[in-house]
Amino acid sequence: MSAIAAELRRPRSRGATNVRSLLLLVLLCLPALVPLFVVLMAVLTPEVEIWSHLARYVLPGVAANTLVLVFGVSAGAAVLGTSLAWLTSMCEFPGRRFFEWALLLPLAMPGYVLAFIAVGFLDYTGPLQTWLRELFGSSSWLPPIRSTGGVILVLTFSLYPYVYLLARGAFLTQGRRAQEAARTLGLTAAQALWRVVLPMARPWIVAGTALVAMETLADFGTVAVFNYDTFTTAIYRAWFGMFSVNAALELAAVLLVLVIIAFALERRSRASLRYATARDLTRQTPRIELRSARAGVASACAAVVFALGFLLPVAQLIVWSFARAARDLDARYFDFILHSVVLASSAALIIAGASLLVAYLERQHGSGPFKGLVRIATMGYAVPGTVLAVGILVPIIGLNNVLQQWLSSWLGDAAPSLLLQGTLVTVLLAYFARFLAVGFNPIESGLNRITTTIDEAAMTLGVAGGALLRRVHVPLLRTSLASAAILVFVDVMKEMPITLIARPFGWDTLAVRVFEMTSEGEWERAALPALAIVLVGLIPAAMLTRRGEHVA
Amino acid sequence: MSDRTFSRFYRCGALLAVSLLALTGCGRAPTEVVVYSSRNEQLIKPMFDRYTEETGQAIRFVTDDAGPLIERLNAEGKNSPADILLTVDAGQLWQAAERGLLRPIESETMSTNIPEHLRDPESRWFGLSVRARTIVYSTERVKPEELSSYEDLAGERWRGRLCLRTSKSVYNQSLVAMMIAAHGEEKTEEIVRGWVANLATEPFANDTRLMEAIVAGQCDVGIVNTYYFGRLTRDNPDHPIKLFWAELAGEGVHVNVSGAGVTAASPHPEEAQKFLEWLSQPEAQSMFADANLEYPANPNVAPDPLVASWGTFRASPLNVAKAGELQPAAVRLMDRAGFR
Repeated sequence: MSAIAAELRRPRSRGATNVRSLLLLVLLCLPALVPLFVVLMAVLTPEVEIWSHLARYVLPGVAANTLVLVFGVSAGAAVLGTSLAWLTSMCEFPGRRFFEWALLLPLAMPGYVLAFIAVGFLDYTGPLQTWLRELFGSSSWLPPIRSTGGVILVLTFSLYPYVYLLARGAFLTQGRRAQEAARTLGLTAAQALWRVVLPMARPWIVAGTALVAMETLADFGTVAVFNYDTFTTAIYRAWFGMFSVNAALELAAVLLVLVIIAFALERRSRASLRYATARDLTRQTPRIELRSARAGVASACAAVVFALGFLLPVAQLIVWSFARAARDLDARYFDFILHSVVLASSAALIIAGASLLVAYLERQHGSGPFKGLVRIATMGYAVPGTVLAVGILVPIIGLNNVLQQWLSSWLGDAAPSLLLQGTLVTVLLAYFARFLAVGFNPIESGLNRITTTIDEAAMTLGVAGGALLRRVHVPLLRTSLASAAILVFVDVMKEMPITLIARPFGWDTLAVRVFEMTSEGEWERAALPALAIVLVGLIPAAMLTRRGEHVA
Repeated sequence: MSDRTFSRFYRCGALLAVSLLALTGCGRAPTEVVVYSSRNEQLIKPMFDRYTEETGQAIRFVTDDAGPLIERLNAEGKNSPADILLTVDAGQLWQAAERGLLRPIESETMSTNIPEHLRDPESRWFGLSVRARTIVYSTERVKPEELSSYEDLAGERWRGRLCLRTSKSVYNQSLVAMMIAAHGEEKTEEIVRGWVANLATEPFANDTRLMEAIVAGQCDVGIVNTYYFGRLTRDNPDHPIKLFWAELAGEGVHVNVSGAGVTAASPHPEEAQKFLEWLSQPEAQSMFADANLEYPANPNVAPDPLVASWGTFRASPLNVAKAGELQPAAVRLMDRAGFR
């Protein structure tokens, strides 16, 4: 019996096609693997002297800090994101329709902006403590915002939408039906939630939380505002402070290896689990009606998160924009917005498309080593942006120089000068390396739920290969695909280091504008481009939630 | 995967390759000067525009942090399109020169206009504006007579009254590097430990927050770059804080520079040198420094009136190149001393 099942699960296509598929898979992952390879290669030439200093004075502290931060933020974002997603997709309470999409908006708010506003508002010099001192004479009883708790809180509020978006997709596509089924089998509502609904949503919750953890590891902007030392700040300190890019790459390599191990362990823990979707996805069962006090609490919680994560920060940005940045607004902003949108939407299309192909190829043909390869290819998201930017730029410049040499020896003085490193293609390749995880994670969890029996049914009807992907998987994956594209879009809108180093001359984006303002510490003047990033990021966020409602 | 999907994939690949070549193939105008700058766009572009207007020389630029720009320059090697590297800190210029990325230039104009301690002894880079880092204090709680030097802020009487910016700031790194140059590592570490013991609160992420903390009464003294003080004053002229011209090893105020050098692989070294020379003469010097309330590097050029109102000071005569040379040692020293 099991032998037959195993036989059925074996890939249909064999031989040459199989080899070509694997080749394509490797080719697709290559741009993401090369910069990681560059980072890992640095270990071969260790900076012994710097390492002994780091090991003694720096690493113990930053390792502990980084662990606390990653666990704190991941746990916070997982709890906040999942519970809000559960509330808005499974229950009915006042304001539900509004909060359903509004709770996604903090996604568009860059973490460093939220950090800067939180510190500005809540620190000793901020309005809250000033007011408390006027009232009571002292504000020292208030817990300090520039602390471990403060940085965890801010990162949690800026990153929970990753979990919210993915968990919401899981609940919408199966949660209510699963809940209903569990109830008919005699479970209470709470039991149904803990024993059926949450476990069934696990791949999505884990995928979202993994993105949060990686983003936290790679974060520099937010922790810098808090002066909170992490692995990333140690990397930048070795590079910019001690002038050793090699030591920086080595630190990044150590970080990378640890992350790969951590994710491998997580995957192992659920390797034996299988997920399948219920049929008849179009018919939705009714939401859990929350009444009186419970409904009030639900609305209040959603309102508080929305206010803290979005409303108040946006209000502050608007105030600053009027106060400090009005003179900065001119016709060039059309270009900044256009450039940002062109880059973000091309990246979203390319990365979501490639992620789909990678996930599909891995599912159809991938064996152990290839799965591992794909997993590693997504790790660029956990590497600090500037390090990854250099990791991809250096090999591209190398390629450029080889081509130049070749052109010059062929055409002599008539050879045009190449500049691959300053082109949009390079920028997009680097985005691909950085954000593959953002596209891949949602799609992979979605694909998880399409059972092999669906594939087999399709194959018996003669639908296979590309057609299987196009006609069966893509329609079933619409929510996951949309999530992937939106997340990439918004992430690219906010991205700085890659855009800065690889953009063509004059190709400035909103994020570049933020950099120009903040590089000399003029945070308030950066409000205008930051606000523009938020506004342009809102459109896709709203679009997604509208469309997500009835899609499987 | 069907063959059709495959051929479509390859066709896409071919299309991509062609467009890639199209994007790179269009070379730039033959004499365009290219600047890699970590000084931000709004501070440099007006000058570039003025120069183009005056001389017809076109200039293109890319802005980013100095670290990635130097890595890019290094990787590009002899094919680099860059002619000039412009940074906001002497340490980065020192590092670029050290790695052979800048070329020495012989220029009578530059050596006349830019004082010796503000340029590379081997003439590979030149300071263009001076960034003074000095003491700021509360006029309500501190008398200027109580103040003397950076070193003195480590003393017992400032316990719980000092605010500092993070040691991740390159300006603190170069200050400590200069202290090492003057006093040696041992004594400097003692001083830095004294600072840390005196801190009223965790180090700040930037100088502006630090000054606001002094205004709000969280602490009484701190160390800042003067242009941040200038910005604060421009926004709110009535604040109760003032600058004090501190002494480093009894020899004057610690200064850093924003400066530039011509790259080793520069395709247009002559045009680049001409532009640097133009930047060192009075009109450009005013524009360069005043845009950010810094001091002109050329001693014959008066600073902005607001800047001039803080009085004159004696700058430490130590060559700013030392800041780069000793910066790694300074960073380690601060790690040891627990200065975050």
